[in-house]
Amino acid sequence: MFPFILAKIARAALTIVLVMTFAFVVLRMSGDPAQVLLGPDAPQDAVDAFRERWGLNDPIWQQYLAYLEQILTFDFGVSMRDQSPALDLVLERIPATLAITIPALILKIGIGIPAGVYAALHRESVADRGVIMLSIFGFTIPSFVLGLVLVLIFAVTLGWLPSGGQDTWQHAILPIATLSIGGIGILARFSRSAMIEVLGQPYIRTAMAKGLPWRDVVWKHALPNAVIPIITLIGFMVGALIAGAVVVESIFSWPGVGRLIVVSVANRDLAVVQCLLLVIAASMVVANLCVDFAYGLLDPRLRQKRAAH
Amino acid sequence: MSFVSIRDLRVAFDGVQVLHGIDLDIGKGETVGLVGESGCGKSVTWLAALGLLPGKAQISGSVTIEGQELIGARPAEVEAVRGARIAMIFQDPSSSLNPVHRVGRQIGESLRLHRGLRGAAARNEAVRLLDMVGIPSAATRIDLYPHEFSGGQCQRIMIAMALAGQPDLLIADEPTTALDATIQAQILDLLSSIRRETGMAMVLISHDLGAVSAVCDRAAVMYAGRIVEANDIARLFTGPKHPYTRGLFDAIPEMDAGRARLRPIEGTVPDPKHLPPGCAFAPRCPRASGFCQSHLPELKPQVRGGFVACFHPEATRAAARERQAAVA
Amino acid sequence: MSVLVEARGLVQQYTTGKPLFGQASTVRAVNGIDLAVQEGEILGIVGESGSGKSTLGRMLLGLETPFAGKVLYHGQPMPAPRTEHWRRLRAQMQLIFQDPLAALDRRMTIARQIAEPLEIHDRAKGPELAERVAGLMARVGLRRDQADRYPHELSGGQRQRVVIARALATNPRFLVCDEPVSALDVSIQAQVVNLLRDLQEQDGLTMVFISHDLKVVRNICDRVAVMYLGRVVEEAPSDRNFADPRHPYTQALVSSIPQAGQGLEGRIILHGEPPNPAARPSGCAFHPRCRLADAACAATVPELETHGGRLAACLKLPAAARQAA
Repeated sequence: MFPFILAKIARAALTIVLVMTFAFVVLRMSGDPAQVLLGPDAPQDAVDAFRERWGLNDPIWQQYLAYLEQILTFDFGVSMRDQSPALDLVLERIPATLAITIPALILKIGIGIPAGVYAALHRESVADRGVIMLSIFGFTIPSFVLGLVLVLIFAVTLGWLPSGGQDTWQHAILPIATLSIGGIGILARFSRSAMIEVLGQPYIRTAMAKGLPWRDVVWKHALPNAVIPIITLIGFMVGALIAGAVVVESIFSWPGVGRLIVVSVANRDLAVVQCLLLVIAASMVVANLCVDFAYGLLDPRLRQKRAAH
Repeated sequence: MSFVSIRDLRVAFDGVQVLHGIDLDIGKGETVGLVGESGCGKSVTWLAALGLLPGKAQISGSVTIEGQELIGARPAEVEAVRGARIAMIFQDPSSSLNPVHRVGRQIGESLRLHRGLRGAAARNEAVRLLDMVGIPSAATRIDLYPHEFSGGQCQRIMIAMALAGQPDLLIADEPTTALDATIQAQILDLLSSIRRETGMAMVLISHDLGAVSAVCDRAAVMYAGRIVEANDIARLFTGPKHPYTRGLFDAIPEMDAGRARLRPIEGTVPDPKHLPPGCAFAPRCPRASGFCQSHLPELKPQVRGGFVACFHPEATRAAARERQAAVA
Repeated sequence: MSVLVEARGLVQQYTTGKPLFGQASTVRAVNGIDLAVQEGEILGIVGESGSGKSTLGRMLLGLETPFAGKVLYHGQPMPAPRTEHWRRLRAQMQLIFQDPLAALDRRMTIARQIAEPLEIHDRAKGPELAERVAGLMARVGLRRDQADRYPHELSGGQRQRVVIARALATNPRFLVCDEPVSALDVSIQAQVVNLLRDLQEQDGLTMVFISHDLKVVRNICDRVAVMYLGRVVEEAPSDRNFADPRHPYTQALVSSIPQAGQGLEGRIILHGEPPNPAARPSGCAFHPRCRLADAACAATVPELETHGGRLAACLKLPAAARQAA
């Protein structure tokens, strides 16, 4: 078991380094930050001074080594725009993003899984067909369309909810709804098929033949097995908690991480973009690790395979 | 009175009838074989009787256990019978156990449900059962998961689980088919010794005539959703009357018969969607007449015992000898 | 009679996926087999799961390269898989296995599937091809009107006939049948066994028939090799092997088959399970389950030796013979 954990952690670290490197190279090849930040009319001295100040004249591998050195000392650089530490800029945006993504995740799990399981248990009933239709609706409509439609209905036409901003809790309702509807659809659909697959397994028949009431067959025998594949999907959703709201934050002018990404990329604010990508990659990798360990807890077959290694 | 009594049991899936009125009685402590090829309805009969078929199955007829009707009964009533009065084990033991629960827990579930045992008492009883079905070092292996046992051991665990409810009848649905020859022998031996010890009745569903003849008191042969012949084991095997039974016996190579050419039954089993109007076996039957093509034979009691559904049954050897004697 | 296929010191082992840390484990599926298949005979190979019988079959066909030892075909070493020479040999040797539905392409009519090997090996085209396909179908007992059917429209027995027709298309000399009738019902099983037998007699085919069903093997095979954990433990003419088995494992195997009207008494019930090939017992691999085994059996791997008109690998053969008598 212990070597297994080590291997997983090593792989996770490698993933983060790869993301960092990739981001570093791509950002430097996609335009000159000096030009963007200072504007096209900036005098040449100012541009040269800026390039000198941020080390942009050094060969790229030197810049990269310097960057790695910084990271290893937990120095994530400062924003080229307002000189404040990049990490602080990123961290102060995270709560706002989590304020909409976590409730959305809870809704996805809390509505998607029960709806899928219910549909699987009542196959070909009206409820089942309804769940299938609504879930297709949920995951086929892109979030920017859905967000705009919701704004039109609830903010513009009915005037019940604000269309953007972050002042009161009412402001969070439409972003959360927009974020969760697609995920609810995907989870419902996925849970339904996972559950149907499990209900057809011989051990379900065994549990019934034992004389267990149907309720116990479902709760004690079917669900623990159906949850295993669902966990993977939830892992992706957890991984996307920080970075998954880019579009929705833009629609609703929600001052979270997503908006910061858009602004920093547009400005070629290298340190901030790199720091953002690092945080996002780390959160995804950690979520993945958690899924792997959850798998081990839920599926004894995997646990044993790992122990053997 | 028989313990379990099946009357005119019919099952259809999506409008296609697969079981055409089964009558079968199982007495207390009796061992009955149910023989036939795949799709003949031998498993469906018992899955239907215990309410284990998927919801889309349409079931009619009657199954009573000591007079209590199971078909159409409330779920709670059927659940009270399953595992407690009638237990069932299946063909594929490895996938018949829940992969995420320890085997001890799976046996314990039956003990709690049917005998009210919990905690240490349940655990001790589970160890005793595992011991009884021949799982070595049961006391420690009770905490293992199904995938840590071989197929044969999984079937032993299934048997232990079935015994946990102290049933009066065990339905063994092809219990050895998925297992290797030497393990088949072990499981068959185990089933028959447990039956002797506990006195419970058993139904052995199998396509293996050898296994049925070795374990059962009597047997019913099924073809295309009907019972075509039923008799006690000795009579069935020495003098099969239905041409299908006869054909089935002839088709199986004998261990001591040398390399003689096999005698197969020509043709194939009819599609349940397009059954012939008369006897379902008529198109493959060497003895069939025009009458057989259009008329359905009923399962009728025979003078010398047993039941046959055939207009032109095979003459038993004894009858043939008598006829010869009469001519002479 | 001459030897068509010969195995010399065949060993096959597989390495299980190597983890990032720790040791990969190797499993020996076949552990030293010498075997000769005579031209025109049907050689049966019986054994339980994990005995290595299918692996042996694949190596005899040259579909797998042995880890050690070699396979000779017509006295020549088997060429390496996927070489030009190997490809040409395919026409002469064919494999038929248990699941016909998996062996057939579900989107092709059966006539096209039977024609395929003829086209690949450039044996016939145009009207001659159609004629050859019709002839093959007739030989395996398929009706002309079934030519345009798809595999799912046929029954299991008919599908296996299609597989056999396709295998016969290139007039092979050597056929390996791996559990060819195990998935079929009893009444259909007999049809297919008879078919294989007729074809073998008509063409003088050489056949290796792999099965766990002793009754079928006993009926169709001239000679039988019994395998246990990657080794042949007994090899004899079919009649002798089943009427008078000498190796304690063969004795148990034969005795384990329930016979109509004989009850369960007097059978040899082996204790324990066939061991995992990854954890092979020392000495004779069968000794932990053998009623005759003693310390010597745990220490020495018995070699196949001639004994009472057969080959058997057991240190206790005289004792086993007495038990059988």
